[in-house]
This record gives sequence, structure tokens and C-alpha cells, in this order.
Amino acid sequence: MGPELAGVLQLLALIGALALAYVPLGNYMAGVYSSKKHLRVEKWIYKAIGANPDAEMTWPAYLRGILAFSAVSVLFLYLLQRLQGILPGSLGFSSVNPAQSFNTAVSFVTNTNWQSYYGEQTMGHVVQTAGLAVQNFVSAAVGMAVAVVLVRGFARSRTGELGNFWADLVRGTLRILVPVAAVAAVILVACGAIQNFSGIHEVGQFMGGSQQWNGGAVASTEAIKELGTNGGGIFNANSAHPFENPTPFTNLFEIFLILVIPFSLTRTFGVLVGSVKQGYAILATMFTIWLGFTVLMMWTEFAHHGPALQAAGGAMEGKEVRFGIGGSSIFAVSTTLTSTGAVDSFHSSFTGLGGGITMLGMMLGEIAPGGTGSGLYGMLIMAVIAVFIAGLMVGRTPEYLGKKIGAREMKLAACYILVTPALVLVFTAASMALPTPPHSMLNSGAHGFSEVLYAFTSASNNNGSAFAGLNANTDWFNTMTGLAMLLGRFLPMVFVLALAGSLAGQQPIPVTAGTLRTEKPLFTGLLVGAILIITGLTYFPALALGPLAEGLA
Amino acid sequence: MNNSFMNTARLLGAGLRALLVLTVLTGVIYPLAVTGVAQALFHDKANGSEIKAGGKVVGSSLIGQSYNLPLKKGQETPDPDLKWFQGRPANGLGANSVNTQYKLILSGATNLSADSKVLIKQVEDAKAAVVKDNSVPGYTVKPTGVPADAVTSSGSGLDPAISPEYAELQVHRVAVKNNLPLAQVEKLVKDHTEGRTLGFIGDPRVNVLELNIALRDLAAQQ
Repeated sequence: MGPELAGVLQLLALIGALALAYVPLGNYMAGVYSSKKHLRVEKWIYKAIGANPDAEMTWPAYLRGILAFSAVSVLFLYLLQRLQGILPGSLGFSSVNPAQSFNTAVSFVTNTNWQSYYGEQTMGHVVQTAGLAVQNFVSAAVGMAVAVVLVRGFARSRTGELGNFWADLVRGTLRILVPVAAVAAVILVACGAIQNFSGIHEVGQFMGGSQQWNGGAVASTEAIKELGTNGGGIFNANSAHPFENPTPFTNLFEIFLILVIPFSLTRTFGVLVGSVKQGYAILATMFTIWLGFTVLMMWTEFAHHGPALQAAGGAMEGKEVRFGIGGSSIFAVSTTLTSTGAVDSFHSSFTGLGGGITMLGMMLGEIAPGGTGSGLYGMLIMAVIAVFIAGLMVGRTPEYLGKKIGAREMKLAACYILVTPALVLVFTAASMALPTPPHSMLNSGAHGFSEVLYAFTSASNNNGSAFAGLNANTDWFNTMTGLAMLLGRFLPMVFVLALAGSLAGQQPIPVTAGTLRTEKPLFTGLLVGAILIITGLTYFPALALGPLAEGLA
Repeated sequence: MNNSFMNTARLLGAGLRALLVLTVLTGVIYPLAVTGVAQALFHDKANGSEIKAGGKVVGSSLIGQSYNLPLKKGQETPDPDLKWFQGRPANGLGANSVNTQYKLILSGATNLSADSKVLIKQVEDAKAAVVKDNSVPGYTVKPTGVPADAVTSSGSGLDPAISPEYAELQVHRVAVKNNLPLAQVEKLVKDHTEGRTLGFIGDPRVNVLELNIALRDLAAQQ
């Protein structure tokens, strides 16, 4: 069997596994967010928080909850890093400097996991497990909560009540993320991922002498890092490191963990709005884009264009033998079409077009299938825009799921899709125009520009992967990517929640013969087209200067 | 004003309490529980899959090593010890730059682009070295016969494996250097070649450390 065929079979096996999980996980998550019952442990937690989980919130109240929780989280994580040097469990590592602490704190709270630090030589056990890994859980739970609020906006009528933030946060963490992550972590250990709290220790070597190695709670972190589409690895090499991703099977399993919640949430959406077919239409849109990108990526990586890769006889630079080109291509597409940013191979050394595909995946807004929660709400915003475009074509007031898409709804949706591109392009342009920031580039020419464009695309979209040649540990990049992450996470959330409030307040309109059937393939086609056109128009000039210039050279 | 300040303070207090409770659950209980299960059920794997040979730990089966001669005077990079099977280049591997009381290995890739002149040179130099090192009397390696993994750095810089093609290419050299019959070394490589998981997951590979341990045993028997 050739590597190409093996790659395709891996893809099919992955699709099969995701399909098996779709209905049970999607239904289960719908139950979690609509159940009236509280588990006993949840009741204790609500008592500790001092919150009434049954109190319904309006969208501004919900937003205030998110912002308060996130602000406290950033501050806590910042202090934990600043104090590392005097805390126990630090492995003797010193405190992290202010700019890098700010960047890292923001990065993990916003579900980005951009890392301007080298994991194995910077973060001790306590910061890693009680700081960074906690945010891997809760930032994912916040994303899911916002998605569920938008779904409630469609499902509810003539009300301002959109659920309770504390209940959604706790349930998402406790009933969805923790159980799946715990099982996944044990599977990863069984395959060789390490899980210990040993200090830095000497390990003998074949040729004599020894090396110094870190221990770490790697498997438990790895599981939630993928499941919560976070991506921040304990080791610098991330999921390329054999202790994080030891075998070809764990590679495929980690891709599964990345994709399973974002895809299955479309089922949750369908159940909660009372039509699983609407969920299928959104799923089909996500799946079409993801599959198309994966096939393109495999093609370009197996073809290995580019002088260095031609000289080598294959695109193996930055890739591990055990995963091969097929497994690495699927991982690269899945991590950049979600908000994950974990890597099992280094995108900077991909072919010019392959690198461009990873960037374009993030530029789509990470909606196919996107991050935990953020993928679904991003895609629903796109659906609103697609019905609006369809409405313009036939001269009819657009509607989606029985709700009118009027001027207010469209303004909010338009703001949503403008925020991230504005951040990416303005920060990239500023970095290129100023005298010092370009010194951070490792490669020159088109690829050097791509490094900077990739950095801000990744930060603003809360992805976290990198063309890692860029030296991002400067005050400029630490501060500016930090700001891009904050604005790229919370501004869109404001628009999503406001939209949810506006939709929930409406009286539903009955379906008539003139209603655009949004559960049909026609709509899926329209949605895919709208996504590609909007993203293409926004980013084409920047892409032409970077990956296209490199790929076509 | 005063009222809204109180409300904000109350909200931040709730946020802090929520964070602390969830930190205990997901940042203390969860990792400790997973560690407990991992240490009880998969003790060796949870601690790094270390391999012993001759009663001594010689590394981890998951982590690639270098098989070099000691540094000679004036040398910056050591020469490979051609007695042993060689792993992949690791030009992206670094050393730690902060907390330098330790000598930690910093995993990583070169991140050089496909059109990088530096990378082209690295690849061409590596290919020339593979051809030169592995060509022995009666067996000449052709540049077109060198597999890609032999001349490129891996993602982690710690790739424990090489492709079966690269292992087979080294068989003649290893047999000559160790005074072993060619057939025995060929069999060794064959025995240590791992196919795709379930026949289709990943790529076939040879674990270099395990292969070299077996090679040392074989050479000792002769």
C-alpha cells in the first residue's frame, strides 16, 4: 500500500469515527444544556460561587458574567506566572517576565494558546496544570456556552431570557469536557504519553552519558488541549513531541478529539431548535469545506513543490516518520480549521500552498468545524449572512429558523465578520511598516511576510499555531498579539450575544411557500459559496503577497 | 455609581470563586486522578517508556538520540559514529536559554521554508553525507536512492524512527563496520521494521534505538 492510499484510508476511518459519535454526543450535549436537574456536586459549586443556576439572564447580564470570569482568569494566570519563582512545584524555574506573562495569560483564557515561550524550559508543574490546563477546560466551556446562547436565541421567542452563564459554564466543564478528557487521557497514556510529576531528571543514553528530561502531566493536558480545541503543548514541539503524541494511532485519535465536539455541536443545535435537519445542513457545510481543504493539503504535500523539498525527494521537513505525510496533512488542516493550533508537524516548512491552506483555514473564521462553540456560532453568523444575500436576490425580507433578519441583526452579523479581518490586516500592516518588528522574521521575502501574517491571523482568530520561525517573544509581538487575541475573542462574543438577544425577543414567523428552505442542499451550497467569497475578498491581497507568491514562484 | 461599583465587585467575586472551584476540579483533582490511574495501570509508559540494556537505562524507546563520536578538538559538530544506525537530522533541536541551571533539550523544528536557501543547503549537505558514509566497496548509494526522511529534520527533532528504506540503505555500512555478515544485519532491520498500525495508520518505521541495542547484542555474540 502506498502512503497516499494509507492517507485516504486514515481520512475515511476518521470520518467513520466522527459519524459514530455524532448523534449520541450531539444529543447528550443538547440534554446537558436543556436539563432542569442539577447534579449534587454542581449544587455545591453553585453554592460556592454564590449563584442561582436557575436564574435566567438577559444577554447583557450573560456577557457581564463572561467578562468578569475571563478578567479574573487573566489576572489569576498572570499572577501565577509572575510568582512562579517563589511558588512550590516550579521545578526551580524562575518567574516569567511581564510581557510574556500577559501574552500567555490572555492566550490561554481566549482559547488561543499562542505560545511565545518554550514550554519545557519555562513552565513548572503548578502553572502548567493548575493554571494553563484549567483554562483549557473553562475557555472551551465558555465558547460552548456562547454558542448555546445563540441557539437559544433562535429557539426561544418573545423573551429576553437566554440561560444562566454559571450553569452553562459548570455543566459544559463537568458533564462534557471532564469525562471525555479523562477517558482520552488514559488512552493516551496506554499508548505511551507520559503522566507523572517527577522533577527534571537524568536519563542514561545509548552512547554513554545522560540527558536531562522533564516530567509532566502530559497526557491529561494533551487530552483537553485537543478536546477543547486549545492547542498549547507542554513541549515546544507540541504534538510532534513523542511524549505528547507517541504513535500513529494517537495522532489519529488526537485529530478525532479536536473535531468531535465542534462537528457534534451541529446536532446539539438541530435538537435545540427542533429540527435536526437544520443541523445536518450546517454540518454538511462544515464537512464540505474541511474535506476539500484536507484533500488539497494531501495533494500539495505529497506533490512536495518547493526547491528544498524537491531536493529532499519528499515534504518530510518538520514532519515525523511515524505520522507520515498523510497523517500530518489531516492534522494540519483540522487544527487550523478549528481554533486548536496544536501541531504534529511544522507548518512553516510545508509547501508554499500547504502553508497557505493552513492560513486560509484560520481566515475563514475557524468555522469548519471551528473551535468548541466558537465554530458553531461563527458558522451561524455566516448562515445569517447567507440568508441575507439570498433575500437580496429575490427581494424578500430574509429569515432564518423562523426569525426575521432585519437591519439590527444584519448590523451585528456584519460587525462580527469585520472584527477579525480588521485586526489581522491592521496589526500585520503595522508590524511590516515599523522598523523593528520585521527583525523577528526567520525567513526572508514572501515567507517572512507570511510568518507575520500567520501570527496575527492565528492570534486574532484564537488559533494559536504559528509559522514558528518568527521570534514572537519580543515586547511588540507579546503585546500586540495579546491585544489581537483579546479583541478577537471578546468583541465577536459581544455581537453574538447581542444578536441572540435580538432574535429571542422576536415573534416567530410561520414558514410559507416563499421561505428559503435552510435545511436543503441548495442552502448548503449557498453558504459554502458565501463563506469562500467573503473570506476571499477580504484576504486575497494579503495572501497574494505571502503564500501565493511563494507557491507560484 | 456606588451601586454599579458594588455590582461589579460582586460579579468579580463570583468569577473568582467560580475560577477557584473549577481550578480545584480540573487543575488538581483531574490531573491527579489521571496520574493515579496512569501510574497504577501503565507505570512504565507513564514514566517515559525507558529501555534498559545491560542493566542500565539507555534512553526511551520514544525519543530519538544521536549516535556520534566524541567531539574532536576544534570541531563544532561531532561526526556520526558509523558503527551504529543513524537517525534523522535534528537541525531544529535547541538548548535551553532561560532557567539555564539545567541542560534541557529543547524540542523543535527548523521552521525553514520550502524555498529557503539555508534549508536547500542543509538537505544537499545531508544527502552528500548519506551517500558518502553509506557507500562501501561493492555497494554504491545513488543520490536518487536516498529517502526524504534521511535528509530532513523532523518536527520534534526527537523522531525516534527512520523509514525502512533509510535503514536498509545503512545495512551495508553497518555490516562492514561491525564485521557482521550482511544477511544478519538485514534480518535485524527486517525484525525491527514496524508496519502501519492496523495496516493503514501512519507510515512504516524502524525504531533506531531498539535496532542499535539489538545490533550491539549481535556484535557481542560474534
